[in-house]
Amino acid sequence: MLELKNISYSVVERDNVKTILNDISCVFDDYSITAITGHNGSGKSTLTKIIMGIIQPTQGKIYFNNIDITDMPIDERAKLGINYAFQQPITFKGITVKDLIDMASNSENSVSNACDYLSRVGICAKDYINRDFDKTLSGGEQKRIELALALAKKGKCIIFDEPEAGIDLWSFDRLSEIFDKDKLYIIVSHQERLLKRADKIMVLENGRLVTYDTAGKVLNELNKMKCRKNIGGIDEIR
Amino acid sequence: MKLDNISRQLLEKIANLHEIPSGAVSFRKDGKSQVMRSTKNIEIFPKEDKSGIDIVIHSSCKGEACHIPVIVSENGLFDLAYNDFYIEEGAQVTIVAGCGVHSTDKSGHDGIHTFHLGKNAVVNYIENHLAIGTGKGKVMNPTTIIKMEQGSQMTMTTTQIGGVDYSNRITKAILKKDAVLNINEKIMTSGFNVAKTDFKVILQGENSKCDIVSRSVARGESEQIFKSNIVGKNLCFGHVECDGILLDAARIDSIPRVSAVNNQASLSHEAAIGRIAGEQIVKLMTLGLTKEEAERKIIEGFLK
Repeated sequence: MLELKNISYSVVERDNVKTILNDISCVFDDYSITAITGHNGSGKSTLTKIIMGIIQPTQGKIYFNNIDITDMPIDERAKLGINYAFQQPITFKGITVKDLIDMASNSENSVSNACDYLSRVGICAKDYINRDFDKTLSGGEQKRIELALALAKKGKCIIFDEPEAGIDLWSFDRLSEIFDKDKLYIIVSHQERLLKRADKIMVLENGRLVTYDTAGKVLNELNKMKCRKNIGGIDEIR
Repeated sequence: MKLDNISRQLLEKIANLHEIPSGAVSFRKDGKSQVMRSTKNIEIFPKEDKSGIDIVIHSSCKGEACHIPVIVSENGLFDLAYNDFYIEEGAQVTIVAGCGVHSTDKSGHDGIHTFHLGKNAVVNYIENHLAIGTGKGKVMNPTTIIKMEQGSQMTMTTTQIGGVDYSNRITKAILKKDAVLNINEKIMTSGFNVAKTDFKVILQGENSKCDIVSRSVARGESEQIFKSNIVGKNLCFGHVECDGILLDAARIDSIPRVSAVNNQASLSHEAAIGRIAGEQIVKLMTLGLTKEEAERKIIEGFLK
């Protein structure tokens, strides 16, 4: 179980304090899928980066399986079982796809094992396994490999920041099947098909948590409110 | 031949050798030839007018290897050797060179290598440099001159592994029609090391090609200066890429230059120098690596 208590995050911008997240408290259940949605700049990615430890909150506490991880560095959170797939994958010179899979799984994988992870995200593994994870790969290829790394990590909680970004919608339908209920998935997304796969949906607006309930209720609420103007990407949600 | 511990240690690092290998070999230590062995396809002769060797790779050589390591372990010795390679038409050879210096004082090695590649000859040239020992003043100045006839190909992989206080690496090449030259250079400096690199490649022949990739890591207060100049004199393709990672208070100057003197020449260069990207460290930390482990993996990969 992952619990956020009164999480706030502010930055100083041109001598003014700008609040990015404001007093967020919530519980993410094990073995479930939670989608976080909201318009651009609502604080979705910031919230997930705070969970991973990439950003430190200005205020509040984070508990993972009742352990206070608020001040824990990224690698220790990763060892506890929290994993993160970036919206924009980070590339490297001289580090191969297999190197990264080995690092993610903390073991030397056989080529066959490593290929399995890539196959699950729909790419022909043998063509990629020994390639450098660098900018010679297309954005879509990088993104699929990023998702494969998250799967290889075998954590208890995987955070995906806009997993559909850069992947064509036709193949993303099949790809979305990787989000199962074998662990806690936290997915930042605007995509209706992903929101519908979720057990719960959290809606953020201007850094505040405005709704957090079962997916059915939240989707109904969004439809009733006709909040096209309020929630970015609502066209996609509908 | 029985190797002493220092020689064994250096040979392992510079040539991945645990003993004197079979086949064509010239092993030079402290300015003197220790082993010189030819084969049917690769003949090695000592020079008569100066220090060094002539190596003739016959056309019949198809994939054979030739090892020519050098070790300097005598304090105060500055070894100078002229090695000339004559690679006959159609020959295919791997040449493993390299120099290891162990010194508690000043010492060094200057290797002047000249390659004459015949038509359609193919050369894989590997050269590693390493210095160990407490001496401050371990110097290596390798000069490589490459003359490439029509259709010949050469891949040159040079690595300065570490410990060299001062190096000035000069490479000059001239390529005729359809010749292809690929150069991969890796340099690691630390402390107060100074490493200079200077490439000049003339693409003289039609459809000649050259690709230079230099990757370097500079630590401590070390200094690296990378210069390159590719001159296109025909319909040709040239590219130079210099990437450097800076750590601590180190400094890297990169001066890539391309000169097209023919309007069909296609030449390009790129250079990127900076610290390890913070986002790369963060990514590897999300996979469970500590910050130090992440930095090490990034550098290992970069210099691979």
